[in-house]
Amino acid sequence: MITLKVNGKQLNADVDPATPLLWVLRETLGLTGTKYGCGMALCGACTVHLDGEAIRSCVKRVSDAAGKEITTIEGLSPDLGHPLQKAWMEIDVPQCGYCQSGQLMSAAALLAENSNPSDTDIDEGMAGNICRCGTYPRIRRAIHRAAEIKAQGGAK
Amino acid sequence: MSATTIKRRDFLKTGAAVGGGLLISLYLPELAKAGVTASSPGKSKFVEPATFAPNAFIRIGTDDTITVIVNKSEMGQGVYTSLPMLIAEELEADWNKIKVESAPVDQAYAHPVFGIQMTGGSTSTASEWERFRKAGATARIMLIAAAAQNWKVGPQSLRAEKGNVIHAPSGRQASFGSLANLAATLTPPKDVPLKDPKDFKLIGKPTRRLDTPAKLNGSAQFGLDVQIPGMMTAVVLRPPVFGGKVLSLNAEKAKAIAGVKDVLQVPAGVAVIATGFWPAKLGREQLEIKWDDGPNAGLSTTGMRQQYATLAKTQGLVARKVGDPAGALAGAAKTITAEYEVPYLAHAMMEPLNCVVDLRADHCEIWTGTQFQTVDRMAAATTAGLKPEQVQIHTTLLGGGFGRRANPASDFVIEAVQVAKAAKVPVKVVWTREDDIRGGWYRPMWYDRMRGGVDANGNPVAWTHTIVGQSIMQGTMFERFGIKNGIDDSSVEGAADLLYGIPNLQVDLHTPKIGVPVQWWRSVGHSHNGFAVEAFFDELAHAGGKDPYQLRHTLLASQPRMRAVLDLVAQKSSWGKPLPAGRGRGIATHFSFDSYVAQVAEVSVEKNGDVRVHRVFCAVDCGQVVNPDTVKAQMEGGIIFGLTAALKDEITLEQGRVNQRNFHDYPMLRINEAPEIEVYIVPSTEKPTGVGEPGVPPVAPAVANAIFAATGKRVRRLPIRLS
Repeated sequence: MITLKVNGKQLNADVDPATPLLWVLRETLGLTGTKYGCGMALCGACTVHLDGEAIRSCVKRVSDAAGKEITTIEGLSPDLGHPLQKAWMEIDVPQCGYCQSGQLMSAAALLAENSNPSDTDIDEGMAGNICRCGTYPRIRRAIHRAAEIKAQGGAK
Repeated sequence: MSATTIKRRDFLKTGAAVGGGLLISLYLPELAKAGVTASSPGKSKFVEPATFAPNAFIRIGTDDTITVIVNKSEMGQGVYTSLPMLIAEELEADWNKIKVESAPVDQAYAHPVFGIQMTGGSTSTASEWERFRKAGATARIMLIAAAAQNWKVGPQSLRAEKGNVIHAPSGRQASFGSLANLAATLTPPKDVPLKDPKDFKLIGKPTRRLDTPAKLNGSAQFGLDVQIPGMMTAVVLRPPVFGGKVLSLNAEKAKAIAGVKDVLQVPAGVAVIATGFWPAKLGREQLEIKWDDGPNAGLSTTGMRQQYATLAKTQGLVARKVGDPAGALAGAAKTITAEYEVPYLAHAMMEPLNCVVDLRADHCEIWTGTQFQTVDRMAAATTAGLKPEQVQIHTTLLGGGFGRRANPASDFVIEAVQVAKAAKVPVKVVWTREDDIRGGWYRPMWYDRMRGGVDANGNPVAWTHTIVGQSIMQGTMFERFGIKNGIDDSSVEGAADLLYGIPNLQVDLHTPKIGVPVQWWRSVGHSHNGFAVEAFFDELAHAGGKDPYQLRHTLLASQPRMRAVLDLVAQKSSWGKPLPAGRGRGIATHFSFDSYVAQVAEVSVEKNGDVRVHRVFCAVDCGQVVNPDTVKAQMEGGIIFGLTAALKDEITLEQGRVNQRNFHDYPMLRINEAPEIEVYIVPSTEKPTGVGEPGVPPVAPAVANAIFAATGKRVRRLPIRLS
């Protein structure tokens, strides 16, 4: 039995410790917002925060996440109130939407570290997340917009 | 956005929605065609009943909720917003009260032209433009009639606005919800006039997508997210060579993995059934199988290229001939010849394929993100030994489609039903990324041989184009629509219908049969013909000493809509003005899915040969626009999709085996490589045309032509490799 702290709650999972965190989140805990895309840390669809750092949950052993604060897309905000979620809605970033949980979690880590990222910062911080629908130009705009919202006090 | 649970017979009988309210059943025979006779290759022959069922697109609750039941699959193209906009416009609904449900499978929801329930061909807005507006207008007329009856006034004294019926003389007002029960008892009107476009309040205005919020907090449900009671997860080991078969199987080690419940041989290969994805995948890695590789064991891309190149030197079946191309080439002042090629490509949707099947003795329930409901239901029924009406498909959100989820052979659905049948428990079959990349159903590999001639003034006088590649429609139910005189229309689209006024022209086709399964891939035949035609046009312009934009402008004299997008993109991109050293501009147009698109790419090439696309300008005329922001998004997305194909990917085979497997060797364009994109829409009141695909074809040739402008090097093969 592994105890995980996910989105502020203690949850128990009876799983093989070598199972990737992704599948425990999705199948054991029912948090399906975190997505499977490649299983090799190549696409970023499975991005979650581990103690505030963006990591690829598809290659993270669940036992290595025990005792750490795990935040998934479901825990980004209680009410779509995160500056990134507001900006994403304003600019209507998603198309199919499948990669967007990972995009948002990577962007949230970027914005937490750098409250006013440049285009280059965004390109570097977000290069690990693939969007097959091609929402990249809007992701860039939305991160800039989220930085503005955050600066205006919209941060949670 | 769950599938509707209303049963057809309920509203057939009463017209009333479960829980009260008005359900608009709409029968528009003039917009529907009889079902098609359909067969899936080697699997089944079936006939869709040619009965006309009433359509049901709207449900108005007594709580004022308006549910729009959308018969198209949402795969990112915004159809869960644009189609409700059509209804809301005519209904005079309060946009904030609109909810969306995916339609169940029913002939009532069939595509008015193709006769089956499907999403594809960039046709959703065009095909539903009239039907959805009529559905909305019908509901409005009935709600007004209900209010007229209540208030004992003439319906002409009433109007609908923002979800209410209003009687201005008396100041009375009633919400749609309060009128729903009475309206449900009234007879639908025969005559349903539609608004004059100048009165549109919603259509044509940028409108926020209804599906966005759920895609930002993890609540949006894709097929992979579906969990049903008692469900097991299955992964399937498919043969390493297309058409291979299991010779022998040793499952002992796989069965020893904790969580693995069963290992089953199915027609598609070997299925590992487990309590979750991870044990299923671990189990699959332990399978010991001897394969019979079958007839495709010797396939190689190198061999195919040689075969195709040889074929391209001979004339194929003539798809179009104008004038005397051979004579005109012989008499031309200057001729050029060039060969273009593009590889097999995987769709690589971000959500790998998956399908949940709950198969019972007399019923089969399926959850999947499909573009092909009717076809999949028929195939599932045949596989399960049930009647089509015993099979229910819940269409989830699709994590990308790009054509892959419209499989004429229903490959991923049939396979999942077979697994469920063998496993005797509800199963979710999950494809890994490797399964997806290696799973076939690719955009075909193509080889194009082009010849062109110009006169003494540099004006093109002759154009010939020999196309070599597999047919997508051969052997499918679409054969009878799409193949005429041996020519698959999707092989020559974008080539045989060349818009440029060249007096002598020939397009011909060779269709080799190869054992690699192929399928439509966003923009289909246009994805290669757009490249070959527009890049070769650039070569011909230079051969005649003409500016590539000016020559296009001249030869589009009889194509005012294309000429308008061309001129617009030239102006917006400052065509002809100097660029920083090392940069080049390339221009291309392409007509596809009845839409006109022109693009200019601004490109530089780095010392190591890497191509950097800095900016792409795009102009589009897609007729009447419903949601302009969605049109822009689709152009942006199409450009990025086309750039991945131009710069990154190829599927290659050696000894029948696919060489690529995941995003490290089948890479996608990333944000740090994405250009700035500017999209301009030409205003139009013509009927709406496609937007999902037409953004793709022009970008590869625009980039190739820009590379020539920047470096003098011609690019004739994708993906572009300059180092």
